[in-house]
Amino acid sequence: MSYKTDYKRVLGLGSAHSGTGHWISQRLTAIALLFLGPAFLIPFIRALGSGRDTVLATYANPFNALVAIGFFIIMFRHLRLGVQVVIEDYVHGERTRQLSLIANALFWRGFAVVGVFAVAKLALGA
Amino acid sequence: MVEFTLPKNSRVTVGKTWPKPEGAKNIRKIRIYRYDPDSGENPRVDTYFIDTDDCGPMVLDALLKIKNEIDPTLTFRRSCREGICGSCAMNIDGINTLACIYGMDEIKGDIRIYPLPHMPVVKDLVPDLTNFYAQHASIMPWLETKTARPEKEWRQSIEDRKKLDGLYECVMCASCSTSCPSYWWNSDRYLGPAALLHAYRWIIDSRDEATGERLDELEDPFKLYRCHTIMNCTRTCPKGLNPAKAIGEIKKMLVERQA
Repeated sequence: MSYKTDYKRVLGLGSAHSGTGHWISQRLTAIALLFLGPAFLIPFIRALGSGRDTVLATYANPFNALVAIGFFIIMFRHLRLGVQVVIEDYVHGERTRQLSLIANALFWRGFAVVGVFAVAKLALGA
Repeated sequence: MVEFTLPKNSRVTVGKTWPKPEGAKNIRKIRIYRYDPDSGENPRVDTYFIDTDDCGPMVLDALLKIKNEIDPTLTFRRSCREGICGSCAMNIDGINTLACIYGMDEIKGDIRIYPLPHMPVVKDLVPDLTNFYAQHASIMPWLETKTARPEKEWRQSIEDRKKLDGLYECVMCASCSTSCPSYWWNSDRYLGPAALLHAYRWIIDSRDEATGERLDELEDPFKLYRCHTIMNCTRTCPKGLNPAKAIGEIKKMLVERQA
């Protein structure tokens, strides 16, 4: 039972004065992926299954390596922003919501770091 | 989590089937959602038959005929019977619209009538719209000015007045907001297409001097950015308005003032 007015309930905690950055970022990363996606996938699929030497040769090419690094950073950023919206939309328990959002914020960044490191290792031949 | 099934006390059961009118040549079957909170029973769907030769052409005419001649307990809101008051918004044949301007000839087969989706039901076809109205109030639906009030009137050019076309016609029937999945899941924080269309109506009013404050209030991940351009709002609007476009314009303005 609560005697809060409807107006008070609608006002909630007020405006967060944010969200535009998220919106812009999601669209910018989407545009970038239109180009980075195919540029990454074509050499990747070509090299797939054709032995270690071919893979090493593919990513010894600085263009392929830079595209792959860019792809990992941008794609995981886009994924994080998208999944964040899905969680905010559908997960309603306060605790589960906060935990999912924290996990989401860390998880994809971790993946991006792993991806970048893997490509760097291949490209630099260490 | 979002609920994909109805709670036990909301599951709809089969209700009463009323007798067909005698001697009628053209009969339409109408299935209507019924719920009475005082009875303690689950909602049910009652079946009525009407003689279309002895009834007006609109869905509201059929509802009034049923209430007057068959079952006086049927409860629904109505007032102007010409699409200007927004009272008789309900879900007819699967879309949210106004019963008074929706012709029965537009529907094939049985006519199915339910209250607006995903709102608490007060009784039968009457949804509880208090949250919806409070959201409208929260966007300050009035002219805000700081300049001293002119002696006669706030003047507006013909071109600036034209910018309000397609916005001022909204009758607040709630068809759009209650058709929006984002509003279904998050109506406690998302303002919904109707309130946002009204917000935009005041933002682009050439006489209003609170544009920045209005945009500040809307810039929020939930109030505004829960709109994922699903476009159900525009598709369902019985007045043919485009709330999705209005929301898009607000988003454009928020980007514009940053770059």
